[in-house]
Amino acid sequence: MTTLLKVEKITKKFGDFYANDQISFEVNKSEVLAILGENGAGKTTLMNILFGHYTPDAGNVNFEGNAIEFGNTNNAIKLGIGMVHQHFTLAENLTVLENIIIGRQSIFSLSLPKRQARVKILELSKKFGLPINPDELVANLSVSEKQRIEILKTLFLDCKLLILDEPTAALTPQETDALFSTIRNMIETGLSVILISHKLNEILAVSDRILVLRNGSSVGEIATHSADRKKIAEMIVGKKIDYPQKKKIPRKSKVLSLVDVSYDKTDAPNLIKVNLDLYGGQILGIAGVAGNGQTTLAKILSGHFKATQGKIVFNEAQSVLTSPKSFMDLGVAYIPEDRNSDGIVGDMEIWENAIMTEMDDPYLRNSLGIINKKTSFDRSKNLCETYDVRMQSIRQRSRLLSGGNVQKLLLGRWLMRKPKIIIACQPTRGLDEGAIASIQNLLLKAQQNGSAIILISEDLDELLTMSDDISVMYKGMLSDPTETCSTDKLSIGLRMAGDGFL
Amino acid sequence: MIKFRLEERAKSPYWLMIVSPFIAILVAIILAGILIILAGANPFESYYQLIIGAFGSKNSFAETLARATPIILTGLAASIAFRAKFWNIGAEGQLYFGALATTLFGTGLVVLPSILMIPFLFIMGALAGGLLLLPLVFLKLYYKVDEVVTTLLLNFVVVLLVSYLLEGPWKDPMSLGWPQGKSVIDEGVLPQILSKTRLHLGFIISIFFAFSVWFILSKTVIGYRIKSVGLNAAAASHAGVPIFKTVLIVALLSGGMAGMAGVTETAGLKGYLTLDLSPGFGYAGIAVAMLANLNPIGVIFSGVFLASIYVGADAMSRAMNVPTYLADVIVALTVLCILLSLVFVHYKILFFGVKKND
Repeated sequence: MTTLLKVEKITKKFGDFYANDQISFEVNKSEVLAILGENGAGKTTLMNILFGHYTPDAGNVNFEGNAIEFGNTNNAIKLGIGMVHQHFTLAENLTVLENIIIGRQSIFSLSLPKRQARVKILELSKKFGLPINPDELVANLSVSEKQRIEILKTLFLDCKLLILDEPTAALTPQETDALFSTIRNMIETGLSVILISHKLNEILAVSDRILVLRNGSSVGEIATHSADRKKIAEMIVGKKIDYPQKKKIPRKSKVLSLVDVSYDKTDAPNLIKVNLDLYGGQILGIAGVAGNGQTTLAKILSGHFKATQGKIVFNEAQSVLTSPKSFMDLGVAYIPEDRNSDGIVGDMEIWENAIMTEMDDPYLRNSLGIINKKTSFDRSKNLCETYDVRMQSIRQRSRLLSGGNVQKLLLGRWLMRKPKIIIACQPTRGLDEGAIASIQNLLLKAQQNGSAIILISEDLDELLTMSDDISVMYKGMLSDPTETCSTDKLSIGLRMAGDGFL
Repeated sequence: MIKFRLEERAKSPYWLMIVSPFIAILVAIILAGILIILAGANPFESYYQLIIGAFGSKNSFAETLARATPIILTGLAASIAFRAKFWNIGAEGQLYFGALATTLFGTGLVVLPSILMIPFLFIMGALAGGLLLLPLVFLKLYYKVDEVVTTLLLNFVVVLLVSYLLEGPWKDPMSLGWPQGKSVIDEGVLPQILSKTRLHLGFIISIFFAFSVWFILSKTVIGYRIKSVGLNAAAASHAGVPIFKTVLIVALLSGGMAGMAGVTETAGLKGYLTLDLSPGFGYAGIAVAMLANLNPIGVIFSGVFLASIYVGADAMSRAMNVPTYLADVIVALTVLCILLSLVFVHYKILFFGVKKND
């Protein structure tokens, strides 16, 4: 086996914080190396160094025997390193073809060499099983199609090493499988891939070797065929994981029912006559491929959208609900699926985010509307301690928190209100094993305390461990719930694909 | 070729945040100095004349502060709005609307003793400025009409309305044919606070409002909501912050501040409404707010700074025979340098190949 990439003792500091501390590894030709680690373990920093976004404080990187020039993305591309970022870098208003060739031309050249480019792109598309239409506008594409474009972009530049940063974060199981077969195609043609992820199952399925990072340091390297799932999870977290144990509790009274609720507008996936009953102490899981109306349902239930038809009945009484605030006052808590854009105000301090839902509380403000900093600080510290939000100070900007801590802060903020209904959209998406377990345990504890929970997730394992009952959403329709103990992955998967819907 | 790249700082050092605006101003002054040389004058002597012109005597100092008065208020208008990412570029129109309200209520329609008349005029001016923004807020929130466009264009509509009123129905018959409004009644005129100068009570009032706005923005629930809406409206909305109400309050406060700038000019400086009441104070407010990094207290200093450039440049122009437009150039360069300095505050620059030790 020939070594393609050799990384030696890379160290990168931000202030006093070591994002990477003496990390060394190698990537061979025709190999998938998976890099695993919690959020903040240093994976993305390391990749940004390889790809030329950051300059390390110490260390060397050799690519095909040549030292790479740090801090120079163009040099990395020229050598044959390609990177697909977690957040895509496509121009929505251009076509697929234009997006692939853009930026590789001199700024002064007037025409784009589209014809040769088209031939090459279609060739690559065929070779690696990445079907695309070069003339489609990127704005019209789905997430997985956009990802294909990103991958083609790197292949178009003749990359030899492809870095994929959390490539499956927004993909459905089927799309993930398709991506993995593309990766295998690449390996067969002699490319190498670095895969960054924290989804253990996927890593085990597709990688050849696994490198685990923790707190900026490398904690071990294992060949995938000899890896054990639990052991790796504990290597990542650095301690035993407290896996959630579901306890069923007797159903309490009905807290919410939807009668023939429809949503018929152009701004979001529609709903067609959704009926649903929810009881205190119940966790109702809603499965479905993204974009089938789950988010619309969650937004209606939290007051961000208004149903165009149908009735929403809380606690046996039909309430007049006008704003998200009025739903909150009824005891609804909503965990939005995108915690960074809809959950937290990243540029505000932790304490400011911690009290955002509580601005009517006379304990935190006086009648003139002046905020009491002392009680607000106390409340925030209390929240962070109770829900194990790990931070340096409550005066820290919230965007510096890791994903798991952001989610604990957001969930804790709601749990402090003792909500009657919790609507959790993808609450553990993108989190590492340790954080997933914490969030799931918090939700189960809320259930024990009598909250009713609607759990919307694309992770079937999560739905099966957490829910009492599972409904499936398909094209805006919601199936009747099935008890979790009497169903399995296969039958849910079939219904997610439309089986059993009219 | 020197290659470099920017890297975000985890934390910006305090000293840098304080020092950087001064360095930016210094750079702007040096750059403008080159232009002064090109205009055929000695830059050191020119700047000396500028400083003397702005601060050299009781009269010039008072003139600078009088000029700063409306700029501080429009600067506050921009600060409040921009914090909520509500891009109100219409302070100029709101200022004139405040001036119209002053003329409507202050020239005899309502007569109150001075102690009530002056607050009354300020309230009316603020309401006028705020109300002018109101329909635009609804357009933005209901139909997603970009407020940059609507607020900017409304400026021209308002100025034409003022022109119509002053050439027609509101023209003062005693004005010997000049297009100007009737004089504000004595009870409504803002008293001088420095004898034999044009510095009037409006300056004190504008300082008062700068502190009030600072208090609202940093200590109250409303200010907290304005901040959260500006930084991430979606997340704020999910946490139960009423977006509509908050933007409405922002618009009323912002328009109100600009409207009061119209009051200080009509009832304070001139005593009556004219078509050239504001030589672009509304737009200057944007520069003032940017210079102050949207900090209301900072607006006082950047407002006085900007006013001193404008007032001093007149003196410099007379003494050195250079164009007064240099004032605009200095202000523009300062804003650009300040914006550039923010890059240095938030990022560090790394040069390729150079070993960097923290």
